[in-house]
Amino acid sequence: MAAIDLAQQLQNLFPGVIGAPVEFRGEITLVVSDARRIAEVCAQAREGLKFDFLVDISSVDRYGEDPRFTVVYELYGHTHHEYLRLKTDVSEEKSELPSVSGLWSGANWHEREIFDMMGIRFTGHPDLRRILMWEGYPHHPLRKDFPVAGKPTDLAEVAFSETAPIEGGPFITATGNADAGRREPRAHESAAD
Amino acid sequence: MVLNMGPSHPATHGVLRIILELDGEEILKATPDIGYLHRGDEKIAENMTYTQFIPYTDRLDYLAPLANNVAYALAVEKLLGIDQKLTERCQYIRVICCEMARISSHLLGLGCYAMDCGAMTVFLHTFTEREKIYNLCESLTGARFTTSYTRIGGLSRDLPTGWTDQLRRFLEEVVVVVEDVDKMLTRNRIFVDRTRDVGVITRGQAVDHGLTGPNLRASGVDHDLRKSNPYLCYPELSFDVPIGTAGDCYERYLVRMEEVRQSVRILHQCLDQLPGGPINVADKKIVLPPKEKVLTRMEELIHQFMLVTEGINAPAGEIYFGAENPKGELGFYICSKGGGTPFRMKIRSPSFVTISILQHLLPGHMVSDVTAILGSLDFVMGECDR
Repeated sequence: MAAIDLAQQLQNLFPGVIGAPVEFRGEITLVVSDARRIAEVCAQAREGLKFDFLVDISSVDRYGEDPRFTVVYELYGHTHHEYLRLKTDVSEEKSELPSVSGLWSGANWHEREIFDMMGIRFTGHPDLRRILMWEGYPHHPLRKDFPVAGKPTDLAEVAFSETAPIEGGPFITATGNADAGRREPRAHESAAD
Repeated sequence: MVLNMGPSHPATHGVLRIILELDGEEILKATPDIGYLHRGDEKIAENMTYTQFIPYTDRLDYLAPLANNVAYALAVEKLLGIDQKLTERCQYIRVICCEMARISSHLLGLGCYAMDCGAMTVFLHTFTEREKIYNLCESLTGARFTTSYTRIGGLSRDLPTGWTDQLRRFLEEVVVVVEDVDKMLTRNRIFVDRTRDVGVITRGQAVDHGLTGPNLRASGVDHDLRKSNPYLCYPELSFDVPIGTAGDCYERYLVRMEEVRQSVRILHQCLDQLPGGPINVADKKIVLPPKEKVLTRMEELIHQFMLVTEGINAPAGEIYFGAENPKGELGFYICSKGGGTPFRMKIRSPSFVTISILQHLLPGHMVSDVTAILGSLDFVMGECDR
């Protein structure tokens, strides 16, 4: 069964909720218009259409558009070797959609990463906490309004978290200074004493 | 008792922290804590052109950088729609790179796994062979480690003269070492006792958690992307895919050993069938033009300028491409709104998924089994944390 037929079947099971399959470069994408029903759609894809493997869950920040976030589920079936992509939009105010960690245990960590990086919450998730950044980190780094260079934050157990000082810093000896000889004495200078 | 297997630990294969709650020797609860090597690759990708991101892919699974380069190049080429137009020679050379990376990664995985279980000699044998792979990489790409070899639409340079003979000599030597390792470990009473029936991942658990690669195959699932969703010239090559049954640490060791032998088989076929011809797609808007034309002709000068400053003009759309990397399925989900930089690039990392199973796998085992299980799962933190 080709991916397009499976996608059509899934669309027919959820009329009005799932849009027409979009094909690009041989891949099929289905847009689920109601984010609250994504768990049902995934359950049907898993049970009925044999997409037993959750490859990946990604999130996209479409800064400036409303709804702001898109959550993308990439599914695969071991029996028919077909990929399918399900997409659903989440607005910034709501920022929440049901978790699929009950369907695939692997979704647990993917959803934690999306919460950590984008700030989208998953209702029904057993353990929704940050995974890559530390507990208590205030920002969501993959959002478009977070700069690539990062923002300074307090790291609880580390002494300082600014960029490492170059000249005159505690571990750097500037060359040519009068101080350099004292900080890094040469072997032959002290031997001459 | 709570025991912290801290991020700085010789057996955790990188900076992985596991918080173990113990009752004597037995583990009651295990919580892996990752993110110590998080470098924000996905954020960086949104600000780089597709070609500028290639060195970052080296540093994902830094034990098999050629395989990451190939997977990324194939993903971007799928987005551009030229993945079927790659030249024959480019496809064969990329398969050679992938299989060399597979041998390199498995040799390291097996060496460190055996060393963690106590067999230090195996580590020294496999690393001697890996050094030869590093020499091959250096003569091919200029760097032992961070190769950045592929480019969008082709490769950065062709094979140097005499390289294929060097590779053939290496293949003759590596099979000898693999047989030595086999003799040292496969029927070694201590190794079998440490790994048989330890860390059993059932077939259902493996699929449920999203495992891929040798870990999935050792649990009995017949899934190899090179066979089920083939790419490059894999359909023209004949090789077997080892499938385990028990899903324990011992089976994962056996699967990786057999994969090394199959990779050698694939490499022999590639070297025998290696065609001549160009290595880059003949598309001026994707591949940099030759330098002598850039310096003398207007059209090539403009193409060079646009490709270097703005990057390859990709169409709007989104793709996902997964390649069979040594550690599992490395996938790139690229969402493009047109232009030279991706709007969003998500890297589907096999090691991330592999480590997620630890909290379900470790309870019930003893502390000393942890090193055997971590070694058998063969993950790398650079890929996990990105």
